[in-house]
Amino acid sequence: MTHSKLGLLIEKPGFLSLIQDAGRRGVMHLGLATGGAMDRHAWAWANYLLGNCFGAAALEITFGQVEFVSQLNTSIAITGAEVTVTVNGASQPLWATLSLKAGDRVVLSALRAGLRSYLAVAGGFSVAAGLGNSCATLHREKTGGLHGDGQPLKAGDLLPCESQSQNPPLQRQVPVDWIPDYREALILDVIMGAQIERFPSSSLECFFTQPYTLSSQSDRMGARLNGPALEVFGERLISEGISLGAVQVPANGLPIILLNDRQTIGGYPKLGAVTPRSLDALAQRQPGSQLQFRPVALYEAQRHEKAFLNFFNKPL
Amino acid sequence: MQWRYDISGIDTVTLHFGQRIDAALVAPIHRAAIALKSSLGTRLLDAVPSYTTLLLRYDVLQDDLASLMGQVSEVLNQLPDPTGEVHAESEIIEVPVFYHPSVGPDLKRLAERAGFSLEEFIRRHSERLYQVFAIGFAPGFAYLGEVAEELSVPRLANPRAKVPAGTLGIADTQTALYPIVSPGGWNLIGRTPLALFDQSRAQPSLLEAGRQCASAQ
Repeated sequence: MTHSKLGLLIEKPGFLSLIQDAGRRGVMHLGLATGGAMDRHAWAWANYLLGNCFGAAALEITFGQVEFVSQLNTSIAITGAEVTVTVNGASQPLWATLSLKAGDRVVLSALRAGLRSYLAVAGGFSVAAGLGNSCATLHREKTGGLHGDGQPLKAGDLLPCESQSQNPPLQRQVPVDWIPDYREALILDVIMGAQIERFPSSSLECFFTQPYTLSSQSDRMGARLNGPALEVFGERLISEGISLGAVQVPANGLPIILLNDRQTIGGYPKLGAVTPRSLDALAQRQPGSQLQFRPVALYEAQRHEKAFLNFFNKPL
Repeated sequence: MQWRYDISGIDTVTLHFGQRIDAALVAPIHRAAIALKSSLGTRLLDAVPSYTTLLLRYDVLQDDLASLMGQVSEVLNQLPDPTGEVHAESEIIEVPVFYHPSVGPDLKRLAERAGFSLEEFIRRHSERLYQVFAIGFAPGFAYLGEVAEELSVPRLANPRAKVPAGTLGIADTQTALYPIVSPGGWNLIGRTPLALFDQSRAQPSLLEAGRQCASAQ
C-alpha cells in the first residue's frame, strides 16, 4: 500500500529554506560543491530527537518566518535559531519533539537570536538522493534539493514524509547544557595551514589577536569578515582543491572563510582552516557578530570532531 | 614519483606533485587519484585533482593523519616514475564546436589581434589536443590546456553576466567550455551542442581531470 505524496505543505517558505543533509561525498572532482547543513549541531539534534539516522534530510530555514500545514499525523522537531514556534496558535518548545495531527498549522516567527532553524520530521523527508548520494540543495549549481534543481522552497511545495503509526514517539527534549547561546562572543578554532609562510608574522599576530566582524556579504559559500586587512607575500597560487573552512585571503587582505557551498578549487593564499565544530557555531551568527580566532592542533580538533560524530552516530 | 603533502584542514591533505603548471603532471596526478581511490575505498571521501596538486578528504572516524599518510605513501611510492611519459592510455573525447561570431562574440577580435584570418585562427585552435588540467568554478567546468601561444589572450576586463551553456572560451593559455549558463570572463569563440554536465547521466561530467579532448569544427 502506498501513501502517495503526503507531507508538510509549505504556505510561507521564508527567506531561504533548503533541504539539507550531511552533504555530498565523492563528487568534488566534478566541480560539485559538498553542500549540507551549515550548523550540524542543531541539524543533528533535530534528527536525533526523532530517532532519525545521522544523515537524514531536514529543512534548513534561514531567518525564520515559515508557515506550513501537516497533511498527516507525525512528529517534528525544530532546533537552532531562537524563533517562536506555534502549532495552531499555541506556543511550543524548540529543541523538543512536537506531535502533529493532520491539519495542524505550524508557524515559525522572525528571529530573536541565531540565524538558521532546522526542521526535522520523524523518518526524515522522503527526498531522493542525487549527486554525491545526497539531497543537499545547491542553489548556485541548480542541483539537488526537493526537486533536484537547486531551488529553495516556495509556497505550495510539499515536503513528503511518512505518516506515523498509532504510537506517538517518546516526548524528548535536548538537555539545556546542549543548547548553545548564539549571542555569546565566538572564538573560532583554526588548524594552521601550510601557506602560513605567505603571511608576515605581524599579519598572523593581527589575525589571532584582533576581533573581526561577520560581514552581511556572507552566504553559504563564504563568511566574509570585516576587520584589520592582512598582508600577503607573493602572487596568487596555482588553483588547488579547497577544504571546508579554509581561511583565504584575497588581494584586499580581508579573510573569507570558505563554507559548504564553496567552489571546489581556488588560488588565493590560505591561512588555515576553521574546524567544522567552529563552523557549526558560526552558522548561527548574524552579520555584525564579533569573531576571534585561535590556533588549534589537528589532533585536538579531530578529537572534538570524532566525539561529535560518534555521539550522533549512536542509536538513541 | 616525487611528491610531498600539507595538512589543509581537519580531514584534508594536499598532495603536491610539482611547482608550476605543466602538461606532464596531468597524467601522473590522474593516476595517483585512481590508485588512491581504489586502495583507500570508503576511507577516502573525495579526491580533487588540480594543476599540481591532489586534495584528499578522508573520514576522521576511520583514519588519523598517520594511518592515512602511511597508506598514501605506500600507494604513491609504488606508482611508476612518470618522467617523459604523457597521457599514453587515456581515450580522447571529441567535442564538436561551431566556431562562429554568432556564438563566439570575441572570435573576430581575437583573430584580428593575433593577425590571423578567422579560418586560420579556428584551425590553430581546433588542431590541438587539449588536456583537462582541472575541473572547477562550476560543475563540469574543465580547464583545458594549453592553447597555442599565438592565440593566448587575457581575460575580459569586464566579465559577462551571462554566458550560454556550451560556449567555448579562451583565457591566457587555457581554453574551456561553459557547462551551464553562468557569468564569465573568458573570450568567447564558439559553442558545442554537447551537454557537458548532465546530472541524470552515470558520468555527469563529460570531461574529468586527466582526460584529453579535441575540438572538431
